Amino acid sequence: MPGQFETISSLARQLAKGSVSSRELVEDAIARTETFNPVLNAVISLNKESALAAADLADQARVDGSTSPLLGIPILHKDIFCTRGVKTSCASKMLADFIPPYNATVVDKLQEAGMVSLGKCNMDEFAMGSSNETSFFGAVKNPWDVHRVPGGSSGGSAAAVAAGLAPMATGTDTGGSIRQPAALCGITGLKPTYGRVSRYGMIAFASSMDQAGPMARTAEDCALVLNAMAGHDPLDSTCSDLAVPDYSAVLDQSIKGLRVGLPKEFFSSHLNDAVAKTVTAAIKELEAAGAKIVDVSLPSTDLGVSTYYVIAPAEASANLSRYDGVRYGYRCDSPSDLQDLYLRSRTEGFGEEVKRRILIGAFTLSAASYDQYFMKAQQVRRLIAEEYQAVLKDVDVIAGPSAPNTAFVLNDDSKSVTDMYMEDVFTIGANLAGLPAISVPAGFVDGLPVGMQLIGTRFGEAQLLNIAHQFQRRTDWHSLTPNLEGLTR
Amino acid sequence: MTWEKVMGLEVHLQLSTHSKIFSSSATAFGADPNTQTNPLDMALPGTLPVLNHAAVSQAIVFGLGVGAEIGKVSRFDRKNYFYPDLPKGYQISQFFEPIVKEGVFEVPLEDGSIFPVRILRAHLEEDAGKSVHDAIPGHTGIDLNRAGTPLLEVVTEPDFRTAEQVVAYLKALHALVTYLGISDGNMSEGSMRCDVNLSLRLEGETDYGTRTELKNINSFRFIERAIHVEAERQQDLLESGHSVIQETRLFDPDNDETRSMRSKEVANDYRYFPDPDLLPIVIDDETIELIRDALPELPAVKRGRYTTELGLSQYDANLLTQDRATAEFFEACCTASGNPKSAANWILGDLSAALNKEGLAIGDCNVTPEGLGALITRIDDGTLSSKMAKTVFEGLWAGQPDVDRIIEDKGLKQVSDSGALEAIVDELIANNPAQVDQYRAADEGKQKKLIGFFVGQAMKASKGQANPQMLNQLLKQKLG
Repeated sequence: MPGQFETISSLARQLAKGSVSSRELVEDAIARTETFNPVLNAVISLNKESALAAADLADQARVDGSTSPLLGIPILHKDIFCTRGVKTSCASKMLADFIPPYNATVVDKLQEAGMVSLGKCNMDEFAMGSSNETSFFGAVKNPWDVHRVPGGSSGGSAAAVAAGLAPMATGTDTGGSIRQPAALCGITGLKPTYGRVSRYGMIAFASSMDQAGPMARTAEDCALVLNAMAGHDPLDSTCSDLAVPDYSAVLDQSIKGLRVGLPKEFFSSHLNDAVAKTVTAAIKELEAAGAKIVDVSLPSTDLGVSTYYVIAPAEASANLSRYDGVRYGYRCDSPSDLQDLYLRSRTEGFGEEVKRRILIGAFTLSAASYDQYFMKAQQVRRLIAEEYQAVLKDVDVIAGPSAPNTAFVLNDDSKSVTDMYMEDVFTIGANLAGLPAISVPAGFVDGLPVGMQLIGTRFGEAQLLNIAHQFQRRTDWHSLTPNLEGLTR
Repeated sequence: MTWEKVMGLEVHLQLSTHSKIFSSSATAFGADPNTQTNPLDMALPGTLPVLNHAAVSQAIVFGLGVGAEIGKVSRFDRKNYFYPDLPKGYQISQFFEPIVKEGVFEVPLEDGSIFPVRILRAHLEEDAGKSVHDAIPGHTGIDLNRAGTPLLEVVTEPDFRTAEQVVAYLKALHALVTYLGISDGNMSEGSMRCDVNLSLRLEGETDYGTRTELKNINSFRFIERAIHVEAERQQDLLESGHSVIQETRLFDPDNDETRSMRSKEVANDYRYFPDPDLLPIVIDDETIELIRDALPELPAVKRGRYTTELGLSQYDANLLTQDRATAEFFEACCTASGNPKSAANWILGDLSAALNKEGLAIGDCNVTPEGLGALITRIDDGTLSSKMAKTVFEGLWAGQPDVDRIIEDKGLKQVSDSGALEAIVDELIANNPAQVDQYRAADEGKQKKLIGFFVGQAMKASKGQANPQMLNQLLKQKLG
């Protein structure tokens, strides 16, 4: 029987050899989830029967000659992806009982590739949060230290992979929601270029930045999954029809001569000193592999957070208007009239952070503040994107920390709302500019994982995965695993 | 004090695409509630709009039809407000960059003159659903069949001064869109909805007064009435020293009054912003030219051709081009008869009268352009007198398709055989010697009167079938 922390690549080889069946993998994953999840709270829907049935189908398909590299591999989906017939809550009371009649394109594609869905992962409500504490279903615990957060918003996905409940999980990243939890949980997470992966069926937070991506143990696994996830979708107008390369094909290329840019703004006062040292050491590894390190500047980095926290809430305020208690979702008890129905359904159905962002968004879009806030933010967004483009003309890739800190303690009252927003300071740029970015395990500080972020050119995922894979061949941070002894009740 | 009305119009046209503007659901009118909906129309989470390019093409067709500039890059925006029939909580519209920009639309007036209306813009948007108040006792139902139906909102400058101009514009707009085949323009089904912005000012003033918006008036008749009633209301206010409040008002035809709907001061701030789910619509010159080349002949061009080439009056040309069906009927009738003036007279005369009497559209009656053309041909070749022609027309109207057959069946053939006519005339002269003498003794002026007796008698003798011109000539010859 394979171990708990195996990669997709390893499991695929064993499945192909016949030394293990998909059913065994799924049974094992279910057993682990049942053991560890009561403490972790990473998984909020476990669909045992349908997973086992799908595993049997995969095993049969293999007998019938299918050789898809992902066939029979268990997967967890962030609960932001609509799954036909399976509750999709976005970790909100508003959608706590919502069962979609359709699959997200990402879910369909991975299912077509043969992956077996185990269930759905916890997350920050409507993907709004950097700690996974805003979930209606309660906070997720970091497997490295259960008193700490896993990061967010894809915190359930990151914790589940880190704890070995599944070899991979889907995530979404609007301002860092794949990369920051990947960093805080010691796994590899890729946010593709905006438009690389379909957004259809992915519950919208900020439509101009939302992007789905893989969260796995290694860059090699991310490449395998991205091969199946990416590509044109006629149901998403913003999804690119650019051909999808084989992301696995270039993993072994040498990175000799690669130009890596270090933005001085990424190593500023926002960054924890120990994290800075760890990331700097990781970057030295790239240098040792033949990369050339270049100092660069992204002067508007500090404007990123405020820009993002104008644009994202603005888009969200409209995206979340559909949750009105009229057609589906939470509806308050005995509304007295239409106004009361709207007011109480939304007041009771949304959590505090979601309501905060809806209010911010409605404010910045109002006629009196549109020019001052929303327009201004769009202008700064363009400026930031141009700065990234200019730097990426000079270097192949930008490197730096994924997050300013390691995992912080749960329910930290000293952390203000804006402190929380600053968690995204290094990740937000890639979202504003629509660029691909990856977080790879880069070391530890006080027993907690640190992530290194690489940001690439538009549709440059292959190069990012190549660099990350080369880094992972030289390091073993990604293969270190948490001690789960304290994770059973 | 003389008050002048100043009006601008916003017309919502439902485009005639088969599917909705952002989803593949059908747009047919009158289906059972919520049978033409899919997850997108219901705004289920995660669904995304995908633009129906047929709606874009139709908007371009419209823009070219009113001689407007087409926006090379236009965008969709979200108009945010809560209403149960608006499933997403926002309407996808075009606020910042409309697809159709400024143009001038030439509107023919009753007196045959042309009234140019400046089009400010026309933009694409999706329709909302409907609240249904009578289907479920004690509850309001929501029918989302209409949600997502493509609309083109056409906005004019405040160029209208009279209700007649407004109605003429709407009729011309209706004609245009039906010509272009981009909307059925059916007001009662809501395919064409009109809002009138109206203010008053003293004649000679250049500033505009405070306006009210009259919403959703669904017939030409009501528009005229609503304008009249609202102008009177505003005038009373202004003349009694009060001011007009800027607001939306509804016309109530039953009580012949307008009523306040909502005040703009407390109106929604729609928080427009670009919709990130949709890419800008980019239109290149080549596409515009392709669409231009495929356009049908526009009413204005037809009007010009009818007056210059076919010799019709401006008045007749205006009437014939009011809708595409009439113009096509007329043109087919011209081809069949070779006589445009006569075709125009018949269509605008007897045929229009019969259609109005029965409340029918030109395409719904038994008379075909070929049938009417054949009728005209038989008048022109002398087979039918104009009186007989009316009888034949009745036959066509009743559903008999073949003109010659009707003539034969009713025995209506005009006697133009000179031998047969001569026999009748000879007999008349022989039997009425006194009248003949009287005629021959009279001067030329008197003879003109006296000949009527012979014509009447000859007609009687031929059972009305004698060709009057030939008869006249023959009588003059024989009596003279």
